[in-house]
Amino acid sequence: MKFTLSWLSDHLETSASVTEIAEALTDLGLEVEGVEDPAEQLAPFRICRVIEAVQHPNADRLRVCRVATYPGGPGSEMVEVQVVCGAPNARTGLVGVFAPAGTHVPGTGVDLKPGNIRGVDSNGMLCSERELMLSDDHNGIIDLPEDAPLGARFIDWRGLNDPVIEVKVTPNRPDALGIRGIARDLAARGLGKLKPLDIAPVAGGFDSPIAVQIDPALKAKGCPHFAGRVIRGVTNGPSPDWLQKRLKAIGLRPISALVDITNFFTYALNRPLHVFDADKVAGGSLRIHPAAGGEEFLALDGKTYTLAAGQMVISDDAGVESLAGIMGGELSGCTPETVNVFLESAWWDPITIAATGRALKINSDARYRFERGVDPAFTLPGLELATQMVLDLCGGEASHVVQDGAALDTTRSYKLNPARVISLVGMDIPEAEQRRTLTALGFTLRGNDVTPPSWRPDVLGDADLVEEVARVASLSRLKGAPMKRGTPGVPKPILTPLQQREKAARRTIAALGYNECVTYSFIDAKAATLFGGGSEAVRVENPISSEMSHLRPDLLPGLLAAAARNQARGFMDLALFEVGPAFQGGEPGEQHLQATGLLVGASAARDPHGSRRAVDVYDAKADAEAVLAALGAPARAQISRKVAGWWHPGRSGAIGLGPNTMATFGEIHPRILREMDVKGPAVAFTVLVANVPAPKVKTPTRPALAISDLQAVDRDFAFVVDAGVEALTAVNAALGADKALIESVRVFDQFTGDKAEAQMGAGKKSIALTVRLQPTASTLTDAEIEAVSAKIVEKVSKATGGTLRG
Amino acid sequence: MDLTDIRGKYIAAVAGAAGEAALEEVRVAALGKKGEISALMATLGRMDPDERKAAGAQLNALKDEIDAALRARKAALADAALDERLRAEWLDVTLPARPRRMGTIHPVSQVMDELTAIFADMGFAVAEGPQVEPDWYNFDALNIPPEHPARQEHDTFFMARAEGDNRPPHVLRTHTSPVQIRALQTMGTPLRVIAPGRVYRMDMDQTHTPMFHQVEGIAIDRDISMANLKWTLEEFCRAFFEVDQVELRFRASHFPFTEPSAEVDIRYSNVGGQLRIGEGDKWMEILGSGMMHPKVLQAAGVNPDEWQGFAFGMGIDRIAMLKYGIPDLRAFFESDLRWLKHYGFSALDAPDLPGGLSR
Repeated sequence: MKFTLSWLSDHLETSASVTEIAEALTDLGLEVEGVEDPAEQLAPFRICRVIEAVQHPNADRLRVCRVATYPGGPGSEMVEVQVVCGAPNARTGLVGVFAPAGTHVPGTGVDLKPGNIRGVDSNGMLCSERELMLSDDHNGIIDLPEDAPLGARFIDWRGLNDPVIEVKVTPNRPDALGIRGIARDLAARGLGKLKPLDIAPVAGGFDSPIAVQIDPALKAKGCPHFAGRVIRGVTNGPSPDWLQKRLKAIGLRPISALVDITNFFTYALNRPLHVFDADKVAGGSLRIHPAAGGEEFLALDGKTYTLAAGQMVISDDAGVESLAGIMGGELSGCTPETVNVFLESAWWDPITIAATGRALKINSDARYRFERGVDPAFTLPGLELATQMVLDLCGGEASHVVQDGAALDTTRSYKLNPARVISLVGMDIPEAEQRRTLTALGFTLRGNDVTPPSWRPDVLGDADLVEEVARVASLSRLKGAPMKRGTPGVPKPILTPLQQREKAARRTIAALGYNECVTYSFIDAKAATLFGGGSEAVRVENPISSEMSHLRPDLLPGLLAAAARNQARGFMDLALFEVGPAFQGGEPGEQHLQATGLLVGASAARDPHGSRRAVDVYDAKADAEAVLAALGAPARAQISRKVAGWWHPGRSGAIGLGPNTMATFGEIHPRILREMDVKGPAVAFTVLVANVPAPKVKTPTRPALAISDLQAVDRDFAFVVDAGVEALTAVNAALGADKALIESVRVFDQFTGDKAEAQMGAGKKSIALTVRLQPTASTLTDAEIEAVSAKIVEKVSKATGGTLRG
Repeated sequence: MDLTDIRGKYIAAVAGAAGEAALEEVRVAALGKKGEISALMATLGRMDPDERKAAGAQLNALKDEIDAALRARKAALADAALDERLRAEWLDVTLPARPRRMGTIHPVSQVMDELTAIFADMGFAVAEGPQVEPDWYNFDALNIPPEHPARQEHDTFFMARAEGDNRPPHVLRTHTSPVQIRALQTMGTPLRVIAPGRVYRMDMDQTHTPMFHQVEGIAIDRDISMANLKWTLEEFCRAFFEVDQVELRFRASHFPFTEPSAEVDIRYSNVGGQLRIGEGDKWMEILGSGMMHPKVLQAAGVNPDEWQGFAFGMGIDRIAMLKYGIPDLRAFFESDLRWLKHYGFSALDAPDLPGGLSR
């Protein structure tokens, strides 16, 4: 919303400066987004006189002018300056606009410097309107009347010295979409006095030849009130200079007096109006009704819209003439030839206007205002004021007013509770001030019953009164007041177990050397499908790009895409991770927390120690186990090979407890890597944070430490087994040989491949275990060690089908 | 007995021995069972007592002397050998050390932990909510009815609806404010929570990304005022930006879910491109806030005549950018390794108040 200072002073009597006004507006909740003061850049341009203009000695099209300038202002000492000028109208005696050397010329963006043009010195410029950015006119320099005051600032003389203020109006404040509403806020704040608005009804001289009728379907909701009148015998020329200046200043293009008048009321009083050329209204009546659907309508923006059933329109016998409250029609619009005009002032239902405007994608000043709420009580007063202005500017004679329906009664009242205002805001605002503020804003007070004015549809409860009082009192006066602790003493932990785990997972993975990423929650359809998602349920209806069309089913695709981007930049060895939500469905709550790490390339850069090796599945497994340990998962979990299709089927596993999978680790399927454009090797792990069971007993106390003074004994065993036998089978069998005596079993070697098969037979490998025996009662004898060893060999052989390696 | 020649011979032999083996040969020749000195000792028994006494003392002295010389020479040889070994064991210590990967924490996570640390100290818990929300939680319950212009200004992402499913489409939450309702519904009053998390808006340009992070904060009790809100935010900003002094300015504004509503600006200066919070003559908007609207309390099942409180919402990415001087929001989500390493934090730098939030 833009307005100029002089326009504001139509409504506000004030001596406040632009700066004071801008500060107050922002503080009141009408945030100032910009103040453009033309005086700032046009100040140096002053009115001058050309004493003599003679032909340039070396150029046909240039003239050398002796210019009388008055840098000190009117009546000050004359300074003669020589200027070379190419304008055809540069002549002796011309009164024009002079810019001295050193001036920044806004129209060209150039800083003037003293110069020499074809051998003649030139120390300034005689300006055109375009150079001052006043118009596109560059046919010649500005040519002023003889009596223009020499030395005066050009902007002062032309009345351009009018700062433009732009405010951001929040959706609750339609009244501030009119300059008068802004003036009212400023007056309530004490920055001046709201000038009275004189509304003198214009007596009609004849009956309106155009009747109006609201379809019963719209009377209750849609269009409760429609009024208008014909003004005949008008002259629709250009509007007067003052009106054009104001409209131009706020970025509107003057069109004709009638159209400019409607725009004037839109901005001045938040009262959008429409003018029909009365001679183009067929059949002598305007009907407000819902569209049947399928009608085509050529709007004032030059576009043809196909209407949907139910959209509100205004029709005559020829068809739709106006898209009610949104945009008028080209066919019945006013032109310079218009002599009889029908002036419309109506009140349209905000919800209906918003729905139609959104459906047809039309953004107009009228729609913007009607969907936020125009004052329903101002339909007739607005019509009267506009009639008067048409008569004043275009002449003619007004008919009686025709109308259907009546102004919507929005009278309602709320309780002012002055103590509650103070309690909520925490600021001491005396009751008298509260009442004065509300009154100044147009509220009516009877005791503590407060009736909001008709132009404030946003005030819908007691709390809204508090807001009005507080913002006018100024929240900048608010002083912070300490808030008591909820409970005294040392605060209790506040994170939920899942939140604690999320944090533990994140910091653990970072400590393992991974760089945390935050990738988008939505990914492209192809990647989503590769990772088991991509269904209709998780599709975003209006994605910002096809790359972000589906909620991610897993964190891996985002990390793989990140890896591909980094590889494209030449970073081939990566350790990336993310902890965040993945979505198994599109309903609220169908999301779960994943902690996913991805290793790509080699474990390290090349170095003299030979540290570099390709990352492999055991790296991913180690990190998955470290994260599980950090989350308090039991040490002994099962490992299964039941994993999703994006893992390498032979080089991946799931760590779980019964049917509950806590984590998956492994190599990424080579086909996935190809699809995602990642150069392998790539291994990863995903921990499903919520699937890690909570500890059964939550106590900080540790169980007592049981350590034996007796010497532990380590014994090594090597077994020849089939190549497909899993080591864990042998380990578990060995552990089962003597649960009391065997403290641990560890795989310390495996021997596979051609050499192994050459020694042990085709399809065989060897697994070597070290078993630690920890006696608790007495030192082990050789016989006891032999006995348990034999049992281990027996159990492992039985479980694996292997034999002790000779 | 004249032992001068024998002494001279063996002392010279000890000094000339080049290694352990040569030294041992000298020892055997002199002091071994069949050595020359041992042989002379054997002659003592045939001497008369006086002669034996004198010769015995002489021989013992010589024996001790040779023995000491042998030991000294042995130690010297060992030292020389060690010196030789150390010379041989020289390594180029300017070679790089064995590599160790250094992981990092993303600034968004770090700042969320900072927020948690500060607000936990003021008695706020951490609440969460789903990222896909029914439009009731995201809008209606927050006093944004379907045709409210504010709804359009939210640039909402909608979830697709299957044919025949006539419910209004779910939305990707456009703010963390739905957690206000969820937290009140599950935890009741009085309540103090913050709710950090991802939010989504259909916006992508220099300064906007379709996903970003917000933190919501609410405090509800019987007498909480906007002045308490200001204090809470002042305390937060002072702690978060790690400065002694902050100055906040409340500016009236409008949010459908709060009343009165205020935009909050913070005082700062810009010295050579470096932002300094708490000084200078510039103001920057950092968050929106207000007193919870009675309709919002009602929607969450709380009686607004009994309970009142404040709510605020702040961009996490934005305050991370401000605090740590990160220039571009879009880079937060691009996972450029160089960016992650440069702006990331060490795993062990978990923020806490006793140690200070940042290192």
